[in-house]
Amino acid sequence: MTTPALRAPAAPDGTDGPGSAPADRLRRELRAVHALVHRDLLRLAAQPAHAALVLFQPVLYLFILGGGLAALIPDSSLGTGYQAYLFPGMLMMTVQAPAIMVGVRLITDRQSGYLRELLMAPVSRPALLLGSCAGGTLVATVQGALLLCLAGAVGLPYDPVLIALLLGGMVLASFTITALSLALAVSLNRPEVFHMLLGLVMMPLMFLSGGFFPLHNLPGWARALAGANPLAYGVDLLRGCIALRVPDEAAVGGIDWFGRQPPLVLEAGVLLATGAAALLWAAHRFSRPE
Amino acid sequence: MQPHAGAGAPAQAAPPPAARTSPDSAHGATGPAYAVSTRGLVKTYPGPDGTATHALRGLDLDVHRGETFAFLGPNGAGKSTTIALLCALARPTSGRATVAGADVLTEPDLVRRRVGMLFQHSALDPDLTAEQNLHIHARLYGLSRRDARRRTTETLDAVDLVDRRRALVRTLSGGMRRRLELARGLLHAPEILFLDEPTTGLDPHARAQVWQHLRALRDRQGSTLFVTTHYLEEAENCDRLAIIDGGRLVAQGAPAALKAAIGDDRVVLRTSDDATARRVVREATASPDTAVTADAEGVWLRVPDGSAWIPRLCAALAGHGIAVLAASAAPPTLDDVFFHHTGRSINAARPDRTPDAPGSAP
Repeated sequence: MTTPALRAPAAPDGTDGPGSAPADRLRRELRAVHALVHRDLLRLAAQPAHAALVLFQPVLYLFILGGGLAALIPDSSLGTGYQAYLFPGMLMMTVQAPAIMVGVRLITDRQSGYLRELLMAPVSRPALLLGSCAGGTLVATVQGALLLCLAGAVGLPYDPVLIALLLGGMVLASFTITALSLALAVSLNRPEVFHMLLGLVMMPLMFLSGGFFPLHNLPGWARALAGANPLAYGVDLLRGCIALRVPDEAAVGGIDWFGRQPPLVLEAGVLLATGAAALLWAAHRFSRPE
Repeated sequence: MQPHAGAGAPAQAAPPPAARTSPDSAHGATGPAYAVSTRGLVKTYPGPDGTATHALRGLDLDVHRGETFAFLGPNGAGKSTTIALLCALARPTSGRATVAGADVLTEPDLVRRRVGMLFQHSALDPDLTAEQNLHIHARLYGLSRRDARRRTTETLDAVDLVDRRRALVRTLSGGMRRRLELARGLLHAPEILFLDEPTTGLDPHARAQVWQHLRALRDRQGSTLFVTTHYLEEAENCDRLAIIDGGRLVAQGAPAALKAAIGDDRVVLRTSDDATARRVVREATASPDTAVTADAEGVWLRVPDGSAWIPRLCAALAGHGIAVLAASAAPPTLDDVFFHHTGRSINAARPDRTPDAPGSAP
C-alpha cells in the first residue's frame, strides 16, 4: 500500500553506510550538534542589526572613552597607549554579550516550548547542550572578529599570527563564558532572575577584568576577586597574545598569582578547565529525567 | 469511518523486508499488532507539602496501527501526561508502555525516532524562515543534509506551505504555523504522530484545514494518529476513541459503538412549569428505571425512539394544563457517552466554564 512512502525517509539510519551502531549513534549526535550551531548562525545572519548593536558599546568605549582618556594617561604608566590598552578589554566585552545570551536563550526556549521540541529529538541531552555551547562560542567569536577588524585604528598591526592568536583567545574565552552561562541557565527557571543576576554582577566583572585599568593598583581584596574572574583571564590572555607578537605594546598589570604573573598557557588552561567543568556540570543537571 | 482500517492494519505492521539493516530493525516493526500498548501506566507527581498528584492511575490502552485514535477528556484529565509518557519525555511511576514496537522505559531514543509530536503549545523559532526551521529540525533528527533538504520540500508541499517557505515564521498566521508544526512533526516520517490538542486556539477555518491535512496523511501514508482533544466533534471523526477522566480510562471503542451502547435518545422538554412537568412525565413514562431530570435546560429523560414519545408527553402535559414551549429528541452524542460514564458533561468539567450558570442554558 503506502508503506514505502512512509518508510523511505527513514532510510538514512540504515542505508547511509555500513557503519556500526556506535558510529551511527555518533553521527546522529554530531548532526544534532551541527543543527544547533547552524541555528545560531542563521539567527545571526537574520539579524545583522542585532550584531551591529552588540558592537556599538565597545566601539563607543574604545573611541570616545579611550580617545578622551588617551591624552590624560601617559603611555609609561600602562606600557602602551590607552586605546591599545583598552582594546583587549573591548574584545572581551564584545564576546561576552552573545556568549551570555546563550543561557538567556536556553531559558526563553524552555518557556516558549522550543526546548521541549529539542528534547523530543532522539539525541542525548549532553549533545543538545554541547550544540548550544558550540553555537554560542562561534557566534561570540564572529562578533569579536568584527571588532578585531578595527585593530589598526588603535595602532595594532594586522599581523596574521597576531590575528590568529587573538581569535584563538576569543574562542577560548567565549567557550568559558558560554559554558558558565549555560550552567547558570540550567538551574534557573525564570529569565527575570537571570537578567537580575547579570545586571548585578556584569559591571563589577567588567571593572575587575583589567580591561579598563591595570589591576595592580587595586586593593588586595579586589585583586583577589579579579583572580576569580573569568573575564580577567580572558583579557589577560588576549593582552598576552599582543605582548607576544608586539613587545612594544606590552601592557602592565594583569592578574597576578602571589605576586607573579601566570604564564599564558596556564591562563588558557584555567579558562579551558573552568569552561569544561561548567559544561559538564550543566550537562549533568540537564540530563536528569523528569 | 475508515474502510480499510481493519484490513490495512496487519499490512502496515509488516516491516519492509530486508531493506533496512539498521540495528533497530531487529526489534523494529516485526509486526506488533498495536502501535501503542500500555498496561497499568501510573504517573504521580510530587505535590506541595508531601502530597502527591496522581496524574494517571493505571492506564491500559491499545491503539491499532493505521488508525486515528482520539483521546478525549476534560482539561486536567491526564491527556498531556499520557502523551509525555508515550513519547518517553517523562518516565512512568509504574507500569509499562510499548510505542511503535519500542519500550518507553528501556528504549526511549528508539521511541522518539519512530514517533512525531505536535505539542499543545508548540514552538517554532520565530526569527527563522519556515524552511530553516524545518531544516534544523530534520538535522536534529539525524537526517543527512540531502535528506533534510528533500524532506523539507516534501513536507512543506504536504501542508501547502511551499509558497511561504522563505517567510519568517513570525509573519505566518496561527493556522499556517500549526501546519508548519505538522510538517515538522512529519520530517522524520514517524510511524505514529501524537497530536496534543492540535486545533486549540485556531479559528474554524484553520481547524478544518488542519484536519484535512491529517486525514490526507492517514489516507495516503497509513500513519497512526493519536489525537488528544476536548472537542467532541473532532473525536467523533476518529476511528476509535478513549475517554479519560481523573487519570483513569472510562471507556474505549469506536464512536458509533460507544454511542450505541447507551442506545436511548435524549428527549428534552421546556415547559411553563418544569417541576410539575417532571412529575407528570415520570407518570407518563410509567417505568421506574427511567430517570427524569429537571435542570436549567428543562425536563429531560432517556427513552428508546425518543421522537415517538414527544406527542404522547405533550398530550399528557396538556392534560395537566402545562404549556410545552419546546421539545426535542436527539440520538446519543459523545457528550452523552461522557456523561454516562462520568456523571457529568465534558464541557461542564472544564474549569473555564460555569456549569450551572442560568445564562449558559441554550
